[in-house]
Amino acid sequence: MSAPAELRLPRYRRDPEGTHPPLDYAGYRSTALRHPQEPLIVLPHLLTEVTGPALGPGRIGEFDNDLTQGHEGEPQGQRIIVTGRLLDGDGRPVRDSLVEIWQANAGGRYRHTGDRWPSPIDPHFDGAGRTLTDSEGRYTFTTIKPGAYPWKNHDNAWRPAHIHFSVFGSAFTQRLVTQMYFPEDPLFSQDPIFNSIPDEKARQRMIARFDLDRTEAEWALAFQFDIVVRGREASVFEDEEDEH
Amino acid sequence: MPETTPSQTVGPYLSIGLPWPDGPEVVPADEPAAIRIHGRVLDGAGDPVPDAMIETWQADADGRFDHPDDPRGAVASGFRGFGRCPTDPDGNYEIRTIKPGLVPGPAGSTQAPHIDVSVLARGLLHRVVTRIYFEDDDTSQDPVLASVPESRRSTLIATKTDEGYRFDVRLQGAGETVFFDV
Repeated sequence: MSAPAELRLPRYRRDPEGTHPPLDYAGYRSTALRHPQEPLIVLPHLLTEVTGPALGPGRIGEFDNDLTQGHEGEPQGQRIIVTGRLLDGDGRPVRDSLVEIWQANAGGRYRHTGDRWPSPIDPHFDGAGRTLTDSEGRYTFTTIKPGAYPWKNHDNAWRPAHIHFSVFGSAFTQRLVTQMYFPEDPLFSQDPIFNSIPDEKARQRMIARFDLDRTEAEWALAFQFDIVVRGREASVFEDEEDEH
Repeated sequence: MPETTPSQTVGPYLSIGLPWPDGPEVVPADEPAAIRIHGRVLDGAGDPVPDAMIETWQADADGRFDHPDDPRGAVASGFRGFGRCPTDPDGNYEIRTIKPGLVPGPAGSTQAPHIDVSVLARGLLHRVVTRIYFEDDDTSQDPVLASVPESRRSTLIATKTDEGYRFDVRLQGAGETVFFDV
């Protein structure tokens, strides 16, 4: 093993308190038996944590970012274009990086055997897509605006319309799964998953912006949604190098 | 500067968007050094979690990462190092990979072979992170394991079986797996 005597690795800022939801959240009942009860132990950012998989090249098919394609007919619902950038907390684009989405159809039903909500399955909509960010961290999906759906979490519980997003960033520390919500959804106030984020400003970062400039006339509405993964610590590494 | 987007649960239907046919295969079936890591994800009642996903990230057999931030230089090995497997109705997952090598640690120390693991599931608003170590390795000098209370270290150590290594994840309660704040 040809390791240097002392490792100098990039460091990633830990996110401020309130950014992420607690693992135990009584309002979201499914956390009850699934949240760890022991305190988490701080994991230093060592080699395994500051590196991560480069996924994507060779993994993306031609229409994987267009969820309205690939079937004999057109899916039901309102076509939308979702664009955005994948950035780190220093504003740097995360390039050539895999972005995955999954969602319900226009009637709020997932194409999944476990989803028994009696809204029709759309034979022309699977609800899954993936793409790679470009050299400026941009991604684009064409899809259908998902519907709200009921779930049994509490009395008369409905999930606000949302699209699940999964991104990797370039390090294990940056891995993120989140949900994109739509502006001014009347269901926010009663949704424990949305409201699990303690910080109000952080919660707002999950809401997409209607983007008139990107709409396509007589064809599709557009929403803009940037995703930010944590940033690097101001570089102690380079300062130290300079002194040598 | 932009601030981090919050985490949300993968929900119950993660299997629509996340699994890949070859996701659990970090190495091809004909890799002579392949090992099978398998186990179950269990909740606080000891019941299987059928809608979880395990993701793994690890070094190659030389303890190196094919990544620009590995200061020893990226290795163009083609070794993806990443595995992903949804749990089945009985909470089982399985990854086919190779044993990682020794990885440099801080201040000239050495980390025992290990795999970083993310666990995502309905009911987990944020992924939880753990590490897999191997029972037939000397882990006594590992700096991360040393930071874990001795009574709980065994939850991070995969046990050897006829078929590879077994590593169960207990999200809560007796024998709760050690999870890390990354």
